[in-house]
Amino acid sequence: MLWPIDLIVLTFVIFCAIAAITVRDLLGTAILFSAYSFLMCLLWAVMGAVDVAFTEASVGAGVSTVFLVAAVFRTSRRTKD
Amino acid sequence: MKFLGLVIVCLTGGLLLYGTMDLPNWGDPASPASTHLSDYYIEHIVEETQVPNLVTAVLADYRGYDTMFETAVVFCAGLACFLLLRDFRPGKDRYYRHIPTGVMLHFKNPDTRMIPGNEFEHMDKDWVPSDIIIKTVCRILIPFIQIYALYVVAHGDFSPGGGFQGGVIFGSSLILMAISYNLKTLLKRVTEKFLSMFAATGVLIYVGLGVLAMIMGGQFLDYGMLAPLVPWDPGHIRALGMLGVEIGVGIAVMSVMVIIYVNIVSEGRHDEGL
Repeated sequence: MLWPIDLIVLTFVIFCAIAAITVRDLLGTAILFSAYSFLMCLLWAVMGAVDVAFTEASVGAGVSTVFLVAAVFRTSRRTKD
Repeated sequence: MKFLGLVIVCLTGGLLLYGTMDLPNWGDPASPASTHLSDYYIEHIVEETQVPNLVTAVLADYRGYDTMFETAVVFCAGLACFLLLRDFRPGKDRYYRHIPTGVMLHFKNPDTRMIPGNEFEHMDKDWVPSDIIIKTVCRILIPFIQIYALYVVAHGDFSPGGGFQGGVIFGSSLILMAISYNLKTLLKRVTEKFLSMFAATGVLIYVGLGVLAMIMGGQFLDYGMLAPLVPWDPGHIRALGMLGVEIGVGIAVMSVMVIIYVNIVSEGRHDEGL
């Protein structure tokens, strides 16, 4: 029914996931994780799991990004590997 | 080593993808879950619990144990963060700002300290004057976020949402206050003691409702047994029980989110943050 949306969002999800593990800037990784969570949230909403989408948006894209940014703020911004 | 890691990741991913081929298709009406379990819920939930949102009814009533221990896990996460990171040693350097003139004072001796009041204000090391635009926007925005969070908690029976999401949104509004002003502004309004007590109270409300049902003669978390306590609306007692439980979850999650943020961002010293 909504397969074009599914396809586009899934492509972006995979791009975000790959970018999050290849980018060396940890702050960028945190933001990419946030984008990843938002896209997953869209996928849940398309599948009709609105409660899960809500949780993903508030926890995954919202609070956990803040935690990651806070952790980066207190440690280092560049990865070693 | 990196190559080995890549091989292991690809192998595990391949096995997982191979495993998903056995799963039923998405939305397949002939799958085991849809033939036995979902039917019962869809046919009986509204007449048994008077709750239109089936997801909330399943999470808070039919699987009340699951959600209760989920709340306990969130509480334990906050506790672990506190125990690992909290640092009670006083910081060596102290910074004070003379409010009328804006002059900064730097104290290197840990024994000398000033009493912050109208004249002097305890300051962060890399303090920058707060931006008036950010402060004003956040001051206007925060009450609306909090109202929305309360709505999500209270309306969890009828629409998507519930204690967990509402608690997270309420917690993020407090975190927004800490980011837009500074950490001390938040901790002055919402003290550490208050947060820890609220985190424990949330779990206690959940467990307490379960124990109350036992005292009233039912089984643990059997909200139907609470009906004599609400004589004016006994038909909706299960919905009201779920609402009470959601409020407990919301309180616990809200305080745990703030506890985790405050401890991570200040390395447990609770003095300065983002």
